[in-house]
Amino acid sequence: MLKRLRENKSSQGTLLITPTLIFMVGLLIIPLLLTLIISFGRRSADGNVIYTFGLHNYIRILGISTACEGGQSLCFDPLYANILRRSLALAFNSTVLVILLAYPLAYFIARAHPKRRNTFLFMVLVPLWTNFVIRVYAWMMLLRTQGVINSVLGWLAGLVGIPFAPFEMLYTPGAVLVGMVYEFLPFMILPIFTSLEKIDNSLYEAAADLGANPIRTFLRVTLPLSMPGVVAGTILVFIPVMGTFIVSDLLGGRQVILIGNLIQRQFLDARDPTFGSAASLILMAMTLIVTFFYTRKFGFGEEIVAA
Amino acid sequence: MSEFAVELQDVVKRFPTPEGGEVLAVDHVTMQIKNGEFFSMLGSSGCGKTTSLRMVAGFEWPTSGEVYIEGIAQGHTPPFKRPVNTVFQSYALFQHMTVFQNVAFGLEMDGAGKDEIKKRVARALEMVQLTGMDRRYPRQLSGGQQQRVALARAIVKTPDVLLLDEPLGALDLKLRKEMQLELKALQQKLGITFVYVTHDQEEALTMSDRIAVMSQGKVLQMGSPVEIYERPNCKFVADFIGTSNFLEGTVKSLEKGMANVFIPAFNTEIKGIVSGEVSVGETVAVSVRPEKIRLADKAVLNQNCFEGTIDLVTYIGSDTHLYVGLNGMKLKVWEQNKISSLDPTAYYTVGQKVWLALFPENTLVMASE
Repeated sequence: MLKRLRENKSSQGTLLITPTLIFMVGLLIIPLLLTLIISFGRRSADGNVIYTFGLHNYIRILGISTACEGGQSLCFDPLYANILRRSLALAFNSTVLVILLAYPLAYFIARAHPKRRNTFLFMVLVPLWTNFVIRVYAWMMLLRTQGVINSVLGWLAGLVGIPFAPFEMLYTPGAVLVGMVYEFLPFMILPIFTSLEKIDNSLYEAAADLGANPIRTFLRVTLPLSMPGVVAGTILVFIPVMGTFIVSDLLGGRQVILIGNLIQRQFLDARDPTFGSAASLILMAMTLIVTFFYTRKFGFGEEIVAA
Repeated sequence: MSEFAVELQDVVKRFPTPEGGEVLAVDHVTMQIKNGEFFSMLGSSGCGKTTSLRMVAGFEWPTSGEVYIEGIAQGHTPPFKRPVNTVFQSYALFQHMTVFQNVAFGLEMDGAGKDEIKKRVARALEMVQLTGMDRRYPRQLSGGQQQRVALARAIVKTPDVLLLDEPLGALDLKLRKEMQLELKALQQKLGITFVYVTHDQEEALTMSDRIAVMSQGKVLQMGSPVEIYERPNCKFVADFIGTSNFLEGTVKSLEKGMANVFIPAFNTEIKGIVSGEVSVGETVAVSVRPEKIRLADKAVLNQNCFEGTIDLVTYIGSDTHLYVGLNGMKLKVWEQNKISSLDPTAYYTVGQKVWLALFPENTLVMASE
């Protein structure tokens, strides 16, 4: 058998992809199928799954309700549709904000002296060494009504004698946005930095030589050549922001419910895995659709072959 | 219009080193490049030629001194405001743009109209023989074609001066030779000043009207290819351009542009033309090019004639290259094979005794530094 393996290229290939295949089938495809099956089921009184086939969970998410106040047989309940819309809007806003913050930073790092460049990159990466949840807690300390920011502002106001009422910052949509931007900033900086760093300095010189001032050089040369980094970063940021629940849970309190929170609560609090599964698949579908159209328009962030 | 397209006036450029020191890249360079001239800066890497070019383009600013373009002092004028265009060694093509967009870029920056851009790009592409390639991306082109795009992009704006930084360095030898002739033809057709940086002396000789030979940030000699080759003003230039035999000696007397030099190795005096400046008593280099030594079977001159033994014979087709041993020295002698013969003895043999005639008019006396 070993002899056959040594001689047969195609069975060598099969052998090589077997571990990945086992991994993908066992940990991705089978769980996905299970989720799909469960999402068609019903919750029993004690929180178990009754395996039936029905689209009731999907109908519920889309907001088509039979329990109507005005006596109609069907009406629209916007509860879950609002959550979906809010999640999409937040993911979109966070991604745009992250791009706006990350691009200048990445540009600065890419054009910095090579000696200092590594220090800057290191500083970008250091926060990732700390646990995600702990960093969110750190933001709670900063944003609380009695937190660091309000204390400092209050102290400054006291110095100049202005009356100061602490800002309510924690448990607001703004706090969630700040948390998301903070958490995912490095995932945008790094790919943009990589594509900026690859741009040969002579291209900037060529643009200037041909009469382009720095702004036009940026718009016509730098920006298009760094788009692969922006696209890659967008995919890396948008998808997790759509699904996280920790940031909105801790910084949004119970006020800001995203689809991630909905799924988490269905599984852990409401003990309705069938509805949770349906919500998970809706989330996946939404992410896939957005990513699909985005990558159709901008590509997958593959590198433009240099020189 | 000023007489000079480009003028460097006592230009110095120092670069800081990472260790906190300084490097003197260009050391008090003064040169005047005439309008319509094909001017080359020639030297090995680190001689300051590229830095000098970059100061004309505006990518670097002189530490002291001034760069003039068409008589106007450039000071700290940024590159995008200078009437020059550059062909980069790496071509520096915009990979995300088609050939057309690359060439059109400079015109767009000038705010030219769409129709004008189309017309001028088409003409520039025609001039570099790339018609029909306008929709391709640079990565779909060969090295030679990319080079032509870079050229078209630079000439489309009809700059006063075209700067070329080793533009042929990445091409293979055959293509390079073709492009040398093409560039020269293009320069004559356009009538604009070319400032060309190269480390390839043959390339510089082939194309240039005038050459500045540079070393260690200084211009050693400036002149036409004939002047540079036939009358190098110091040993470095004679050595860098072409091949030379060097003898060391001391100037005994000077007369009417000729010098008598005592050569200790031969224990006799040699007569030669003074090339550059030398003074009596100075230790000098006596240089004779290998193709200018005449071989004979007897002494054909009273002076400057020596008997030696052939050490090595190399037949290279058009010429025969010989090494002739002489008082413990070896002189290179190149003889053109003017007669077609299959007889090996027609091309000299190792161990054969020959007389070398170093005619005074072919023998140059120059500064040894």
